[in-house]
Amino acid sequence: MSEHVVPVKTYAAVFVALLLLTGLTTGVAYIDLGVFNTVAALAIAVTKMLLVVLFFMHVKYSSGMTRIVIIAGIFWLAILIALTLADELTRGWTPSPGPWNPSVLLPFVSHLL
Amino acid sequence: MSTAVVDVHQTPPGSGVNYLNATYGIKSWLLTTDHKRIALLYLASITFMFFVGGAAAVLMRIHLIEPQGTLVQPETYNKLFSTHGIVMVFFFLIPSIPAVLGNFLVPMMIGARDLAFPRLNLLSWYLYITGALFLLYAILNGGIDTGWTFYTPYSTTFAHTHVIAAVLGIFINGFSSILTGLNFIVTIHKMRAPGMTWFRMPLFLWAIYATSVIFILGTPVVAITLFLVGLERIFHVGIFDPAVGGDPLLFQHLFWFYSHPAVYIMILPGMGVVSELIPCFSKKKIFGYSFIAFSSMAIAVLSFLVWGHHMFVTGQSIYAGLVFSVLSFLVAIPSAIKVFNWTATLHKGSISYDAPMLYALGFIGLFTMGGLTGLFLASLATDVHLNGTYFIVAHFHYIMVGGAVMAYLGGIHFWWPKITGRLYPDGWARFAALVIFVGFNLTFFPQFMLGYLGMPRRYAVYPPEFQVLNVMSSAGASILGVGYLIPLIYLVWSMRYGPIAGPNPWGAKGLEWQTPSPPPTENFEEIPVVTEEPYNYPGTAAVTRG
Amino acid sequence: MAAPSHLDRAHGPELAHQFEDPAQQREAGTLAMWTFLVTEIMFFGGLFAAYAIYRSLHPAAFEIGSHLLEVKFGATNTAVLIGSSLTMALAIHSAQTGKSKATVITFLLLTMLLGLVFIGVKLRFEWYHDYLEHIVPGFGFDYRSAWGANAPEVQMFMVFYFFMTGLHALHMVVGLGILTVLVIMTARGRFSPRYYAPLEISGLYWHFVDIIWIYLFPLLYLIGGRYSTGGH
Repeated sequence: MSEHVVPVKTYAAVFVALLLLTGLTTGVAYIDLGVFNTVAALAIAVTKMLLVVLFFMHVKYSSGMTRIVIIAGIFWLAILIALTLADELTRGWTPSPGPWNPSVLLPFVSHLL
Repeated sequence: MSTAVVDVHQTPPGSGVNYLNATYGIKSWLLTTDHKRIALLYLASITFMFFVGGAAAVLMRIHLIEPQGTLVQPETYNKLFSTHGIVMVFFFLIPSIPAVLGNFLVPMMIGARDLAFPRLNLLSWYLYITGALFLLYAILNGGIDTGWTFYTPYSTTFAHTHVIAAVLGIFINGFSSILTGLNFIVTIHKMRAPGMTWFRMPLFLWAIYATSVIFILGTPVVAITLFLVGLERIFHVGIFDPAVGGDPLLFQHLFWFYSHPAVYIMILPGMGVVSELIPCFSKKKIFGYSFIAFSSMAIAVLSFLVWGHHMFVTGQSIYAGLVFSVLSFLVAIPSAIKVFNWTATLHKGSISYDAPMLYALGFIGLFTMGGLTGLFLASLATDVHLNGTYFIVAHFHYIMVGGAVMAYLGGIHFWWPKITGRLYPDGWARFAALVIFVGFNLTFFPQFMLGYLGMPRRYAVYPPEFQVLNVMSSAGASILGVGYLIPLIYLVWSMRYGPIAGPNPWGAKGLEWQTPSPPPTENFEEIPVVTEEPYNYPGTAAVTRG
Repeated sequence: MAAPSHLDRAHGPELAHQFEDPAQQREAGTLAMWTFLVTEIMFFGGLFAAYAIYRSLHPAAFEIGSHLLEVKFGATNTAVLIGSSLTMALAIHSAQTGKSKATVITFLLLTMLLGLVFIGVKLRFEWYHDYLEHIVPGFGFDYRSAWGANAPEVQMFMVFYFFMTGLHALHMVVGLGILTVLVIMTARGRFSPRYYAPLEISGLYWHFVDIIWIYLFPLLYLIGGRYSTGGH
């Protein structure tokens, strides 16, 4: 497992990188980027997570089993969020029920073409 | 820990010191870290809960003999079906096979002395008991009337019953499941005996492993969701309340994200038990070992992709419904693979109809019916008609009772000689299995018809034209009730008066049968070395591993 | 592979009876902690999923709610937690490389100190302040007229804020308890370069709690940017 000794220099470098990224994510929030504010915030958070997981938690040096466990956890969280959003974001698309009229299909047909 | 080492070398098998008589006294049981004793603690506690939930069912069936109801007020009826559902799902079915048979068998089947974390295992039992006490408090103080699903906003805003205590009980019990699953996963990964490769493991272990994966990934979500329900009730803040922009359907998403896989928590271990029983009583190697093993894992994964089929008519987007419908059909594939492989194993086997085998055969038939009716419900259009009717009730009872409970009883009868070292009266056992089979079908088959005809579930009254079928169902329930009492009596009797079983009364394969009955505290005198494939029964020559 | 009989085998002081050897025990412990962390991912994950959905439904209200929080405290606490992760890693490193007990204990105490600073900032400068401002749901929450029609959803944001940070803080408290035990175990000389698994496994937990905060900070404090105040 993690018999590997990580040099103190690596820990220090990761620490500095994490601090810089914290500064960056805070700074970026004060610039108007539209939706990319959220994208940037999440991208930086993922980067920080990877730094912590790989170096502080030694996953860079550990067995494949550990990686499978972590990936499974993240994958299942993605399932939860994605399939729930699949409902929440498409609920408004449902047309209100009315008398049958074949023309309601037209927008869908034109979508397909 | 020092008391755990027992000198089994000096004593002949069968008459020596074993896990039951190694130490005495109530403390030696309540503070035990022996996985076999913890299994028995679970056995006693879930049996108690089974009869609590069963009592609620009996009262409901008595009430429904007449269209206007014979017994209770409608409010009480709501509490009865809620109690029945919560107790049976969370406190009987989910822990049944994993916590009793899984606890007893996982270390023995892989050739280990105990689970990886024995004290954690004991903690799991105490968490189960704590959760059960919260629930019993809620029941005795006036009950819960939300149904076992706790749908919002009724549960958060309008219900005037003991929702918080019940929710807290399920929350705590959830951690019991999580820790049990964690223990099994680590044990199966790290504690296997020399030579026990993944593909030499009994299929029961594959099923338990897949179940544990669901425990780990699903249970935390329902725990946090029910916690949110409690929070909303206590502080009157909006989370799922539409009045403050909340979405009641979000609750259903989060709830079913766990509670649909939970159905597979109930059935997967049952499938594992049946995979042990069929080859043993057919005296044949299992057909298609790797297919059965992988289908367990496939079920564990697919079960997380289908939860939306519980929400087809609750206002979910029809586009999401379409996706969930297709995915729900997919989960039928691995289940069918198992049924085909069991049937193929029976083919040309020398079958003996001992009591465990009767349960296993009953399982195959009833589970198949439950599974196939599930396909009706996975279809969007049919579900609109059948959702919320007794068809649903019949469908999931065919899975949970016809499937999971049959397998549980089959497993208990199969491993009882190993657990207690005694045999039970075989004639009574076969008789009870038949009574249960007949009683079950008489109870639930009429409910398919009732549902198809449109009788809604969860109502205390019904139109008079449904009475004949309801009376049939109630009559079946009384037969089923008697059927469940018979094993309770003769199994308890056998613990003292049953004939000595010997290490392997069935001539079964598997490491657990190579040690005395009851096993010594550390399971094996020496850690075994595994050199052969599983299910190496005599009639295997022509059949190779699938 | 030989199968040594358990009965002939002497127990080492750290080796529990169900394990064959120390390597098996350490691997089991590590796998167990990672598996537990997966359950934690799903536990917080339910909240993150609910948060994601409500934020997508009510972006304006969540922005107003977010601007009720003070970035300076959130950012400071992020730095504090990152520091505590560093000292935790260094504590393990010291045990691994056979440094003195005093070194290990110093790093553990530093980790605890930073953890306490985090909780202190949360309690004193954030939650207590919020209570005085009447923006704690369930404790005299005060709808402000400036929020207009968004007011109920602003309250919902605050529910998520308090529940998520509260659950996170609860995990910190559990972590502080674990660290206390580790300090005692170190002082009793239980660890060596050969056996330091409890330190390593607890470290995983502490880093995980740090990671949760790494997500909570931008999701709660920095929504929709800070370039404007009061929402769109």
